[in-house]
Amino acid sequence: MLQQILSITLLGLRSIPERLGASLVIVVGLAGVVAVFTALLAMAAGFRSTLESAGRTDVALVLRGGSQAELNSGISREQGAIIKQAAGVAKDPDGQALASAEVVVIAELMRPGGKTSSNITVRGVEPAAFALRPQLRIVAGRMFGQGLRELIVGQGVSRQFAGARLGQVVRMRGSDWTVVGVFASGDAYESELWADVDVAQSTFNRQGYSSVRLALADSGGLRAVKDALSADPRVNVDVETEKQYFSGQTEQFRRTIGALAGVVTLIMALGAIFAALNTMYAAVDTRAREIATLRAVGFRGLPVVVSIMLESLILALAGGLLGALAAYVLFNNMVVSTLGANFTQVVFRFAVTPSLVANGLIIAVVIGMIGGCLPALRAARQPVTAALRAA
Amino acid sequence: MTRTGFVIANLWRKKTRTVLTLLSIVTAFLLFGLLQAVNVLFTSGADFIGAARLVTQARVSFTQSLPMRLLPQIESVPGVEHVMWQQWFGAVYQENTQLIFLATDPARLRLVYPEYIMPDAQWQAFESTRTSMIVGRNLANQYGWEIGQKVPIASNIFPQQDGSKNWTFDLVGIYDGKDEDWQRNTNVGWINFAYFDEANQFGRGRAGTYTIKLADAGQAEQVARTIDAMFENSPDETKTQTEKDFNIGFIKQIGDIGLIVRWILFAVFFTLLLVVGNTIAQSVRERIPELAILKTLGFRDGEVLGFVLAEAALLCALGGLAGLAIATPLGVAITRATGGNLPIAVDGTVWLVGGIAIVLLSLAVGLLPALRAGRLTIVDALAGR
Repeated sequence: MLQQILSITLLGLRSIPERLGASLVIVVGLAGVVAVFTALLAMAAGFRSTLESAGRTDVALVLRGGSQAELNSGISREQGAIIKQAAGVAKDPDGQALASAEVVVIAELMRPGGKTSSNITVRGVEPAAFALRPQLRIVAGRMFGQGLRELIVGQGVSRQFAGARLGQVVRMRGSDWTVVGVFASGDAYESELWADVDVAQSTFNRQGYSSVRLALADSGGLRAVKDALSADPRVNVDVETEKQYFSGQTEQFRRTIGALAGVVTLIMALGAIFAALNTMYAAVDTRAREIATLRAVGFRGLPVVVSIMLESLILALAGGLLGALAAYVLFNNMVVSTLGANFTQVVFRFAVTPSLVANGLIIAVVIGMIGGCLPALRAARQPVTAALRAA
Repeated sequence: MTRTGFVIANLWRKKTRTVLTLLSIVTAFLLFGLLQAVNVLFTSGADFIGAARLVTQARVSFTQSLPMRLLPQIESVPGVEHVMWQQWFGAVYQENTQLIFLATDPARLRLVYPEYIMPDAQWQAFESTRTSMIVGRNLANQYGWEIGQKVPIASNIFPQQDGSKNWTFDLVGIYDGKDEDWQRNTNVGWINFAYFDEANQFGRGRAGTYTIKLADAGQAEQVARTIDAMFENSPDETKTQTEKDFNIGFIKQIGDIGLIVRWILFAVFFTLLLVVGNTIAQSVRERIPELAILKTLGFRDGEVLGFVLAEAALLCALGGLAGLAIATPLGVAITRATGGNLPIAVDGTVWLVGGIAIVLLSLAVGLLPALRAGRLTIVDALAGR
């Protein structure tokens, strides 16, 4: 039995070069489906990892109650001071709370050569901000000076948008800001411009802060901060870990892209199934006489069915691999940007992950099975005599 | 048998193949229709809005509120007919649904947006009720809101004096659009600015952005330049552009997704080209002796070429039109399902581009086999060479 399956399958595979055009239809069809599927989800995966790696589990983010995003939040100076004193916050060697109150505003930058501008996050930070983000380092230039209108820019912004390179001047609210440094962090912060918090507050006419980041003293720190702040009538805030905050921000985007990928893949998969059916029917037709001969000399129906299914599967898998490869070569690490939850651009890279490729290949296999199954049955069912005579 | 009948009969000789090919074309054009509609959304913006309105925002970003004190200065610019302002409310309904709600002055809204159609009594109620709001027809239908209802809307930005972010407004009017395009865009809610301004915790006098109705759309550029020049070098530098450009800028912010959509379109089309092209080439190959007989009977090269090309075109046209026809109601369904946030309109433009795609596809897949059929020499073909 296995012997029969093997020999018929090999026979079929060896004759593929004679039916190259038709066989390529399955390969290309499946390559298209898998490439589109993988590329779309690689975009969602890249967005997610960029935002989520920005968030730490040992840092708490405090926003005004119900704000959802830093942009919408507002915390007064007094409240900021109260929040930093909460129990559960880690202290630096000098006994000061390890915390950074930050102000988030938006500036517009142009895309290179573009006519429309894009929203970019401007973050005013306190010195402790850098201790809370050890992944961040200056890769060119220097740190901004305290009290000066100077900016350091994330390398994502610096590369993707015009006017924010080292030494250039960004104009905001009637004043000029010099870019004195470029920083890298490998996450969402690379999409931001950073400045001294006091200068940002005065320039943007903000009395308070947008958010406060707190280093948590230990694993119970979050609970302690939450308890302390919810018991205090002077503040009304939401407290979560920075990680939870950034994960929450990716939800909408992931859902949108997930739905898009689902619909597009489903429709394309239908098209590919029709194409695969077409190809395999044609293959069975061309080989009708050969198959009938095999049956006449004693081969059973099942090996014929299995071998045709196998042929379809192998072609589909080849297409799937090709598609995944195409997605990887064309899209992996491609840098793009889109609107994040803060209403500003988030620069991220496509991430073609092994699990995405695996899922793509599963889709290819399923389509290959469906595409091979009906034609295989037809091949096995056709009366031997009629097939021999017809050809 | 007529020639048309002959083409159809040829298509029907291998039913399974024709049906399957047709179905792949249908799915491809279904996808094409939807993606093209998304593409139009990203590239052209809403044409119907026109250029007779300007939007003035803070130059640094439209999220930075402009102060109310700019109003008289903007109003004094020659060519400006009416001015209104709107403050983004950051509306959140029920669990976590973000809606577009803006606070504005009712009388000014009516002057600046004559495209909004609403009974006189409702306009008056909007002005005279302190805690009033009006919403577009689409929005009202989506959440089943009725006039006279008190609607709880939270803001993710503005707390009231008591610190609560849960606001309640009286729904006093539901507006329609003056035509189909405007009707599609009735998913915005407007709340009474006077109440909002006095009840919010951050104090008064923050206008947000300004919308300006011009006496003459031709003056847009000049008026925009005058306004921006007035506030140059102040902390409240402005950026003024036509409402259409403002909206396009808004959509463009979504960024490179438009590019991705184009990549998908390309992948779909390339795949389709191969599938259909191969099928047609194969069907011609199988019929070479028949085509030779046609020629023996006296059909000319051009006629045989025409038969094959017509077959390809018929297949593409049937499949393509069916696909677009399915995409059209599906687009409406998606628009409804997303509450107008993703307005996919498979409209005339999309059909036109679809039509062009059908023609190009027919030529691409039909031309080579047709030329081959036209060039056949009878003797070789009949001899199977």
